[in-house]
Amino acid sequence: MFAVLFEPTADGQRYIDWLLSGLGWTLALAFFGWWIAFAVGIVVGIGRTVQNRAFAALARLYVEVFRNIPVLVQMFLWYFVLPEILPTTLGNAIKQIPPPWGSFFPALICLGLYTAARIAEQVRAGIEALPKGQTEAASALGLSPYLTYRHIIVPQALRLIVPSLTSEVMGIYKNTSVALTIGLMELTAQARQISEATFQTFTAFGAATLIYLALALIAYQGMALIDRAVRIPGTARTDDDIAPNLAEDIQQAGALPAGMEIAK
Amino acid sequence: MNSLDFSIVLQAWPYLWSGLLFSLALTAVAFVVGMVLGTCFALLQHFEVPVIAKIVRGYIALVRSIPLILVLFWFFFLVPIVLGHLSGSGRPVPIGATWTAFITFGLFEAAYYSEIIRVGLRAVNRGQFEACQALALSTFETYRSVIMPQVLRVASPIILSQTIILFQDTSLVYVLSLTDLLGAASKLAQLNGRLVEMYLVIVVVYLAISSAASQGVALLRKRYAIAGARR
Amino acid sequence: MVQQTVVDETRRPPAIVAVEGVVKRFGRFTALNDINLSVRAGEKIVLCGPSGSGKSTLIRCINHIETHDSGRIVVDGVELTDRMGDINTVRREVGMVFQSFNLFPHLSIVENCMLAPMKVRGLSRAQAHERARGFLRKVRIHDQADKYPGQLSGGQQQRVAIARALCMQPKIMLFDEPTSALDPEMVKEVLDIMVELARDGMTMVCVTHEMGFAREVADRVVFMDHGAIVEEADPETFFRAPRTERARDFLGQIIH
Repeated sequence: MFAVLFEPTADGQRYIDWLLSGLGWTLALAFFGWWIAFAVGIVVGIGRTVQNRAFAALARLYVEVFRNIPVLVQMFLWYFVLPEILPTTLGNAIKQIPPPWGSFFPALICLGLYTAARIAEQVRAGIEALPKGQTEAASALGLSPYLTYRHIIVPQALRLIVPSLTSEVMGIYKNTSVALTIGLMELTAQARQISEATFQTFTAFGAATLIYLALALIAYQGMALIDRAVRIPGTARTDDDIAPNLAEDIQQAGALPAGMEIAK
Repeated sequence: MNSLDFSIVLQAWPYLWSGLLFSLALTAVAFVVGMVLGTCFALLQHFEVPVIAKIVRGYIALVRSIPLILVLFWFFFLVPIVLGHLSGSGRPVPIGATWTAFITFGLFEAAYYSEIIRVGLRAVNRGQFEACQALALSTFETYRSVIMPQVLRVASPIILSQTIILFQDTSLVYVLSLTDLLGAASKLAQLNGRLVEMYLVIVVVYLAISSAASQGVALLRKRYAIAGARR
Repeated sequence: MVQQTVVDETRRPPAIVAVEGVVKRFGRFTALNDINLSVRAGEKIVLCGPSGSGKSTLIRCINHIETHDSGRIVVDGVELTDRMGDINTVRREVGMVFQSFNLFPHLSIVENCMLAPMKVRGLSRAQAHERARGFLRKVRIHDQADKYPGQLSGGQQQRVAIARALCMQPKIMLFDEPTSALDPEMVKEVLDIMVELARDGMTMVCVTHEMGFAREVADRVVFMDHGAIVEEADPETFFRAPRTERARDFLGQIIH
């Protein structure tokens, strides 16, 4: 069934090389985008919980804006609109970036900042789920607010939200396909191109689907490993512990059972 | 930097409005179809119906693991073929991008709503089932009158959040060249060259609708949080 | 003399619940081990014993919420088996009150009481409403009829749960530790209702540690331990002169 993938293309490669090249862009986008999202998401998520009003308001504005605009529209903003509203010389310089980088960078920023808003909400939920006594104990020991966050709050909150971050990892790698709309030849785009070149639609989409499935499996297993690795001894969760909490989980913003609220 | 001219938006508004109506219609249909199918999927798994539950499980895992755009491509390709087989002629029945979008979003969202409802079902206290047994309620009545109302209530904030995501995701029908809100803006932008104005206007529209809906969900959550604490 | 006993036997009402040689296992743990118990119409039985003794399991087997592994349970002339077509024909004659109330949180108090009579007994809405009003009055909670369970205290909720069960007009009422989840000051309001119910002649099987209640209404006290019935006696005898060591230990622990 997949034999066609090994036939030569018009440009002297094989179709499977197209797929692999697409996979490469998908992975690069997801991987680097994730670190942008993670870094920005933690900062904004903390911002949602601090006393400083200006910082909290900015963080909230960030989340509202980036979460409530469709990711495809954000993609167009970075790709089409940004160069137009920047000073002409700078805008033209951006437009001159050769392909595929001219598509890759806007897509990277777009996915990074979009996913950051979602991670920020998870971080906030994680911080708010911690017992108030933790902050009080830290203050009682004389730790400054910065040190309290740095050593007490954030390390615990991040551990708490590893399961819900799994869905954000799945979300960002699936959203990489949106980059095809601004011309990046990532996995889905390559599959469509192969389908159009060979008329073997089933094979082309099937191969891409299998690759995405494998990626999902790896992401899922990887996050499960991380969850186990960073878990604090003596706080192991069993299924029995989780079940009665589901109703509360459901009611809490953001702190959803793993994989429940996935961006597509 | 070119000067912005938003008067162009006024001329473009009727076309954008029809695009927005399409986005909303697609959201509404996908919500209804997705909720009905998703509830069925969740119950099939809940009752562990042999074979079918496994198939449903596989379908949901598959759909949730691949990008929506790829799902759209799949259905665009597969639906005419399947319909051809169903109609008996064996020849693909072209149904067009619009129908494909409605079918795809309905089936796709069903997978997501189903997961929400499945978790909600697991969250219902066992005592509720026992009380129904003790009152001799039939299985159908147990689910219709006691279990499902509680599941839908407890899951409603997540269901609504998911629907806001759905509304945003309808913009992806751009890849099928349909004229939803984004499609309308992008087609106008190509005609009149005012892409900055066009895109900024729809940003405002998407932002306003999604934000307002999110605020509503937050309110709902707060209300149920209080009810939950009292229980 | 022989003649006399035979006459007595026929005069006594027949057993409405008969439990014969019942065994129930959870995995390797034997929860019920060869239980024999019969309850006659109008009798009030109190089941007591340490936690894990199987008393709750037994009461839950009587309306088939738990299924027994072997032996026979006959309720109102119908034997409970896994294969029986409609267990609900038996269950509608058996009311049950749970430790944790298990009211339906999304239905108002009166709706909680109306649901089963309408859906199971086929009453009209008006009939069900009238009946619900009547029983809510009986448990003295009719002025809260339109509130929701979450707005009531534990004692009030448990009284609603009793009214809900009574609305099905059952022949037997099962009580599974009805006061264990309540704050001490609310126990009495629930027990008072149960005493009244007993005076009305209801057949009752109660798992409870309320020994005052047992003394006042029980015809028999059944003491269980480790899944078996250890002792069975009228309350006066049981409390004054328990025959077994285990019953003495148990009474010693709860009477403080």
